[in-house]
Amino acid sequence: MRKVYNKIESIAGNVITVKADGIKYGELAEVTTSFGTSLADVIRLDGDTVSLQVYSGGRGVSTGDEVRFLGHPMQVSFSDNLMGRIFTGSGAPRDNGPELMENLIEIGGPSVNPAKRIIPRNMIRTGIPMIDVFNSLVESQKLPIFSVSGEPYNELLARIAMQAEVDMIILGGMGLKYDDYLFFKDTLEAGGALSRTTFFVHTAADPIVECLLVPDISLAVAEKFALKGKKVLVLLTDMTNFADAMKEIAITQEQVPSNRGYPGDLYSQLASRYEKAVDFEGAGSITILGVTTMPGDDVTHPVPDNTGYITEGQYYLKNGRIEPFGSLSRLKQQVNGVTREDHRALMDGMIKLYAAYLEAMEKKSMGFRMSDWDTKLLKYGIVFEAEMMDLSVNIPLEGALDKGWEIMSDCFSPEETGLKTDLVKKFWPSK
Amino acid sequence: MAVSKGKVIGVNGNMVTVQVEDVVSMNEVAYIEVGGKRLKAEVIRIKGNKAELQVFEITSGIGIGDIVTFTEGMLSVELGPGLLGQIFDGLQNPLPKLAEECGFFLERGVYLGALSTEIKWDFTPVAKVGDQVEKGDTLGTVPEGIFTHRIMVPFNYKDKYTIKKITSAGSYGIKEVIAEVEDSKGKVTEITMSFHWPVKRPIANYVERLRPVKPMVTKIRLVDTFFPVALGGTYCIPGPFGAGKTVLQQVTSRNADVDIVIIAACGERAGEVVETLKEFPELIDPKTGKSLMERTIIICNTSSMPVAAREASVYTAVTLAEYYREMGLNILLLADSTSRWAQAMREMSGRLEEIPGEEAFPAYLESTIAGFYERAGRVRLKDGSEGSVTIGGTVSPAGGNFEEPVTQATLKVVGAFHGLSRERSDARKYPAIHPLDSWSKYTGVLDVERTETARAIIFRGNEVEQMMKVVGEEGTSINDYVTYLKGDFIDAVYLQQNSFDPVDNAVTTERQDHIFGIIIDVITSQLDLDTKENARSWFNQLRQKFLDYNGSEWENDIFKSLEKEIRAMIEEKKLGVDENFQASKSAEEA
Ligand SMILES: Nc1ncnc2c1ncn2[C@@H]1O[C@H](COP(=O)(O)OP(=O)(O)O)[C@@H](O)[C@H]1O
Ligand SMILES: [Mg+2]
Repeated sequence: MRKVYNKIESIAGNVITVKADGIKYGELAEVTTSFGTSLADVIRLDGDTVSLQVYSGGRGVSTGDEVRFLGHPMQVSFSDNLMGRIFTGSGAPRDNGPELMENLIEIGGPSVNPAKRIIPRNMIRTGIPMIDVFNSLVESQKLPIFSVSGEPYNELLARIAMQAEVDMIILGGMGLKYDDYLFFKDTLEAGGALSRTTFFVHTAADPIVECLLVPDISLAVAEKFALKGKKVLVLLTDMTNFADAMKEIAITQEQVPSNRGYPGDLYSQLASRYEKAVDFEGAGSITILGVTTMPGDDVTHPVPDNTGYITEGQYYLKNGRIEPFGSLSRLKQQVNGVTREDHRALMDGMIKLYAAYLEAMEKKSMGFRMSDWDTKLLKYGIVFEAEMMDLSVNIPLEGALDKGWEIMSDCFSPEETGLKTDLVKKFWPSK
Repeated sequence: MAVSKGKVIGVNGNMVTVQVEDVVSMNEVAYIEVGGKRLKAEVIRIKGNKAELQVFEITSGIGIGDIVTFTEGMLSVELGPGLLGQIFDGLQNPLPKLAEECGFFLERGVYLGALSTEIKWDFTPVAKVGDQVEKGDTLGTVPEGIFTHRIMVPFNYKDKYTIKKITSAGSYGIKEVIAEVEDSKGKVTEITMSFHWPVKRPIANYVERLRPVKPMVTKIRLVDTFFPVALGGTYCIPGPFGAGKTVLQQVTSRNADVDIVIIAACGERAGEVVETLKEFPELIDPKTGKSLMERTIIICNTSSMPVAAREASVYTAVTLAEYYREMGLNILLLADSTSRWAQAMREMSGRLEEIPGEEAFPAYLESTIAGFYERAGRVRLKDGSEGSVTIGGTVSPAGGNFEEPVTQATLKVVGAFHGLSRERSDARKYPAIHPLDSWSKYTGVLDVERTETARAIIFRGNEVEQMMKVVGEEGTSINDYVTYLKGDFIDAVYLQQNSFDPVDNAVTTERQDHIFGIIIDVITSQLDLDTKENARSWFNQLRQKFLDYNGSEWENDIFKSLEKEIRAMIEEKKLGVDENFQASKSAEEA
C-alpha cells in the first residue's frame, strides 16, 4: 500500500509541495480535492520537500487535500483499442468510452540513436500541387504549417491527413477550440478515417498542464505503433499553444525567461518532441505535421523561430494559399529525383518565373513601364495562382506536372522558360 | 585519497544536489546509482559539503538518498589510434556500438569504450631504451589509415622520464604495454597506446604558436577568393534557419584541404548527421583515394540528446582535434551549431540560479566562447613539424538577428565572418554568404588588387540596384546600368556556386585564379553596349555561357571551347578600359 499524505505545504500556481520520503523524480501522484481527482508529477526534489505539478491546476486545491504517490512515472495504455478513441491530454477518455488500463507504457522516452536512423526515401502524396510538386512531404519528416489565426490551417491538416496513405493518424490537439475539435472529428469520420485515428485533445477550456502532456502522450503512442510496423502520421495543433503553456508555467515558477518570456530551454523542449519523427528500419515510421501560429505573422517570434531551426522545413500558409516563398521542404531532394524526370526542372522553372512575376507586379505598382515580357509574366502569375496555388486544387503529382507544362505553354515560348531542350521536346504540349 | 561518496539530496531537471562525505573537486565526474544503472554526471558547483552536478542523462527515477560515487577524474576522452572514422556522442560513446547493444534507442547509463581493444596496430618504435622523454614525446608510431599516428608519452605525465623498456616492432592492442619509463624519483610506470585527457584542458605540448598565414582552401569560390579561412584560424557562419549553414559546412567537410575533419553536430537535427554518416563511407577523397570517412570523426549530440552532454560535445571534439595536431597534422573542426552549445550553458546557468546576462545567457558566455575558439591555432612542435586546428562554427541567432549575445561574442574572437542572409537564400543565391557584410582578416588565394577591384564593382553595382528600385530602369544612366550588370554578373557566375553540381561544387584555386582573370577582364573593360536592352541581353548570354563553363570539367574540350566563345564575346564588345572604373579607382587612391 502506497503512502498517502494529507498535508500540502504550499500551493503556487499549478505547483504544490508536500513533505515525503522515498519519492522519485518524475513520479506520478494522485491529488484528491473536493472537485475530484487529478494526476500530478514530481518536478523537483529538495530534501524531503517534493514539488508536484498538478495536471488539473492548483485552483481549488486545499492544504488538507490528499496526495497519493503511485510509484511510477506518467503512463498511457497502448493497444489497438486506442483506435477511434478520444482522450484528454492526461489520457482520460473524453468520448464516454471505457478507461483503458492494459499494457501501460511510459511517455517521454529516450531518443533514437542517430546511428540507427536511415535516410528518408518515401514521398507522401497529398494531392496538393504546392506540396507534391514544389515542396514534397516525405515519410518521417517533421514539418509545421506556419500560419496566423483565421487561416484554414486545421482544414489543411485534416485534408493532408485524409489523403496521405498512412496506417494511423494521431491527433494531438493543444488549446484547440471546441469547434475545431468537432471539425476534425467530423471530417475524419466522413472520410472513414476515424477508426484508424486516436485523439489526445486539450481544448482551450482544459487545465494548462494537460496541454504540456499532449505531444509526449501522442508521440509515445505513435512510437509504439511505428515499432509494430505502422506508418503513423502525428498531427500537432497548435504547437504555439504548447509553447505558451510552457511559458506560463515557467513564469509562475519564477524561472528566468530568455526571450519574450519564453523559458531558455524552449528550443530543447520543442526539439525533443519533433525529433521523435523517424523511419525505423525494418518497421514503421512517424511523420509529424504540426501547426505553428505566428503571433503578428512574425516569423522571428520565438516559437516559429525556434521551430524553424528544428523542423525539416515549413509550409507557409497565407491568404488561404501555401506560399512558395517562405515554404521549404528540406527533404524534398530525397524524393523528387525519382518521381518523374521533369519534376525538379519544372519545380525550379515555375518558381523562378513566379518570382519574376512578383517583381513585375512590384514594378507595376510603382508605376514603371511594363515590357512585353512583364505582360507575359503578369498573365502567368495569375494562372499559376489560380491553378496551382489555390487550395481547392486537388490532383495527383503527375496531373499537376502536366498542368504545369500546360500553363507554361499558354504563357510563354519554350526558350523563355529556361527549361532544358530535351525536356521541352518531350513534355511541351503540342497545340 | 579515497574516492568520495555522496547521497542525493535534491533533483531539479538535469541538476542533482549531492551531500558529500569527503573531498570533491570542480568538474569531477561522478556516477549516480539509480535502478541498477549508473548515470554519469559532472560537478559544476560546490558549496560546503554540497555539490551540484549536471547529469548527462534523463534524471527521472532519481530519488533522495541515492548513492553517488565520485571518480577523482574530470570529464575526459580516450586518446589513441582508432579514433578516425568513428561516430561518438558528446561523451565519446561510440554510437554504432551502442546501437548494436541497445537497439533503436539511446538507453541511459550505458557507457562503452571509445576505442576498440581488439584491433591490433602495427607498432614501430622510434625511441630507444635510455632516451630521456617527457609528455608528448613520440615513443613509436602506428599507421592509422593514411596517417602516421604518433604514440606519445601521455600528456598528464608531468615529470622527465628515462625509457627502461620499449617493445619491439609488432602488432599490439591499445591496452598492451609498449614501454616502461622511470621518473626522476625512480618510479617506473607502464605506458600503453591510449590514455585519457580532460576535455576542458587545452593540449599544449607544442613549442610555439604561429600566426595563421596559410589559406585553408575550401574550394568554395566566395570563401577562398573573398573571405578566406586560414589553417589554424577561426571563422563563424551565423544565419537564420534555412539560409544554408549546414549545407555550407557539409560541402566544406568534404572538400577542405586539411588532413582530418571533425564534425561536431551539436544540438541540431539528427537527420542531417545521418546524411553524412551514410554518404561519407561511399565518397572517395580525391587527395587520398580513400573514403572520406577515413579522415573524419563525427561527434553527434543532436537536439533531443541530453543537454549537458551537448555542452561537453564541443570540448570532446576540440580535444580530439588537438590530439591529432600533436602529430603534425592539419585538422578542421566544424561545429553546428555553437548557439545550441551556448543554450546548453544557459539552461544550466538557469538551474544554478546564477544572475543572468543578456537574453538570460550567463555572464561568462563571452569568455567561454573566446576560450573555445582560442583552442584553434597553428603550432610548431618539438620535432620542428607544424600542425593546426582550424575551427568553424555556425551560429543560429534568434530571429536571424545578428545583434544577439552569441553572434556578437563570437564576432569578437574569430578571424572571419561568413554572414548568411535570408534575402540571398530566399533568392536561391547559394552559398548565401553576404558579399558586402562578411569579412575576413586572413589572406586569400588570389591577389588583393584584383579581389578589391571586384569588390568595388559589387559594391557600386549594389548601389545602382538600390537606386533603380526608386527611380526605375528609365531613370538610370546606361553607364550605371552596365555597372549594375557587371556586379550582377560577378554574383551570378562567381559568388554563387551550385553545391549539388558534380563539377561546380568544388573549385580548385588554380581554376579560381583562371576564371577570375576572365571576370576581371569583363568588369574592368569599357563595353560597346549602347542600349539597356542590348546590355541586358549581352550579359544574359555571357552569363549563360559562363554557367555552362563553370559546369564543365577543368580543361576538357567543352571547357576549352566555351572559354574560347566567352573570350570572343568579350573581345567583340571591348572598347578599352572602363572609365568609370578608373575614375572610382583614382578617387579611392586620392
Ligand atoms: N549551397 C546550396 N545549394 C543549393 N541549395 C542549398 C544550398 N544551401 C542550402 N540550400 C537549400 O536550403 C536548405 C536549408 O539549408 P541548411 O544548410 O539546412 O540551412 P540552415 O542550416 O542554415 O538551417 C537545404 O535543404 C537546401 O534545400
Ligand atoms: Mg542547419
